[in-house]
Amino acid sequence: MARDGRRRNRDMKNTPSAHAGFMARDRAWHPPALHAPYKTSVLRSPNAPLLSLPTSLGEETGPVFGPAMLGELDHDLIHNYAEPGESAVGPRIIVHGRVIDETGRPVPNTLVEVWQANAGGRYRHKKEGYLAPLDPNFGGCGRVLTDENGAYEFRTIQPGPYPWANGGNDWRPAHIHFSIFGSGFAQRLITQMYFEGDPLIAQCPIVGAIPDRAAVETLVAELDMTRTVPMDACAWRFDIVLRGRRQTIFENRLEGL
Amino acid sequence: MIRPTHAFKETPSQTAGPYVHIGLNPNVTGIHGVYETDLGHDMKTGAVSGEEIIVTGTVFDGLGAPVRDVVLEIWQADADGLFNSPVETRGKADPNFTGWGRAAADLQTGQFRFDTVKPGRVPWRDGRLQAPHISVWIVARGINIGLHTRLYFADEAEANAEDPILTRIEHQHRLPTLLAERTGEGEYRFDIRLQGEGETIFFDM
Repeated sequence: MARDGRRRNRDMKNTPSAHAGFMARDRAWHPPALHAPYKTSVLRSPNAPLLSLPTSLGEETGPVFGPAMLGELDHDLIHNYAEPGESAVGPRIIVHGRVIDETGRPVPNTLVEVWQANAGGRYRHKKEGYLAPLDPNFGGCGRVLTDENGAYEFRTIQPGPYPWANGGNDWRPAHIHFSIFGSGFAQRLITQMYFEGDPLIAQCPIVGAIPDRAAVETLVAELDMTRTVPMDACAWRFDIVLRGRRQTIFENRLEGL
Repeated sequence: MIRPTHAFKETPSQTAGPYVHIGLNPNVTGIHGVYETDLGHDMKTGAVSGEEIIVTGTVFDGLGAPVRDVVLEIWQADADGLFNSPVETRGKADPNFTGWGRAAADLQTGQFRFDTVKPGRVPWRDGRLQAPHISVWIVARGINIGLHTRLYFADEAEANAEDPILTRIEHQHRLPTLLAERTGEGEYRFDIRLQGEGETIFFDM
């Protein structure tokens, strides 16, 4: 078996890539699986500890998307569901930032997907019954690829806060959901962006699942007057950090795992 | 002075929430006309090599109820064990197979389905071959950070017996939680239990 393994190793196809693995996730920085004040997490959190493994090829690679898949209005939620000549109701905003990794390197050409409620806090979803009305010109989804510097930008309307059946009187802060790919499947991340100054942030049990206040602050977008377009749209800046790559050193000397 | 080896902390995860479909599978929730199709729906863009398979399953919570608002993503090698990735240096992957799929569970029944191909074997970091497997990532309301697991095939007993990961699992009685059962010609069943009896093994990769 061991000799077999060595022989296979000479076969090019079975030689592991020299591609570097990812740095381990700091699980104390992320929210834990179980945070009882967020009630749904009680039955949807594993009891057993996660099994730790170093990343290998299947985690260090991931899907790549090209500009051909994007529609002209994919990054413009004000118009991508609107009737011709119409636009969504609500405060017009620009959300922009950079996607970098933990070493500060930009993550270029990666897909960023967003979704959100409308200005009244109403989601366009079959399972949603909040009495605030739908906006006929607002769908709530958008996507964009980062440029060569890791920068992204989209236009939307500022979402409203939203009540949910968790505690007796719980309200989500205004937020935009983000999904980011990175270059490896192990970098896959879904998070939420909040707006600077929103007093609901400190009340929210979903935000409160994050143990460290400093970590929460990285999810709060800042008002950016330098990118604000006068008489048009206020800009908010939200930078995203994905897991960093390690250097590959002595990778072929690993024993067993 | 010792400097930190990296300068930035990873952006913390948050739950995908119950309306994740708006962003990831808008056509599933009735938002038509923004994206032509839901991303990741078609893993095959033409004639593919290898065995075409259908994987179905259900994700269950700690009380055994189906998680009907779950979204799963899978990432895998092609039938020859090659990834459709620019950093794949071992050869050219099947150009008609993306290797990446995304599926929302049925909002009524909670069942998910992937139409894919059975993956070939891929080497582990030390060159030993892994058993055929599919990497699975799960997000939903109530899941604060996406869960990583792996789907292996129950009918690959020989390869499974020498897989560097499966053989490393201390609690060998939990190993079947990672095995998809063959239920018919080209059909596999893979149920996932988030918590409690028969809890699926999840990885910190």
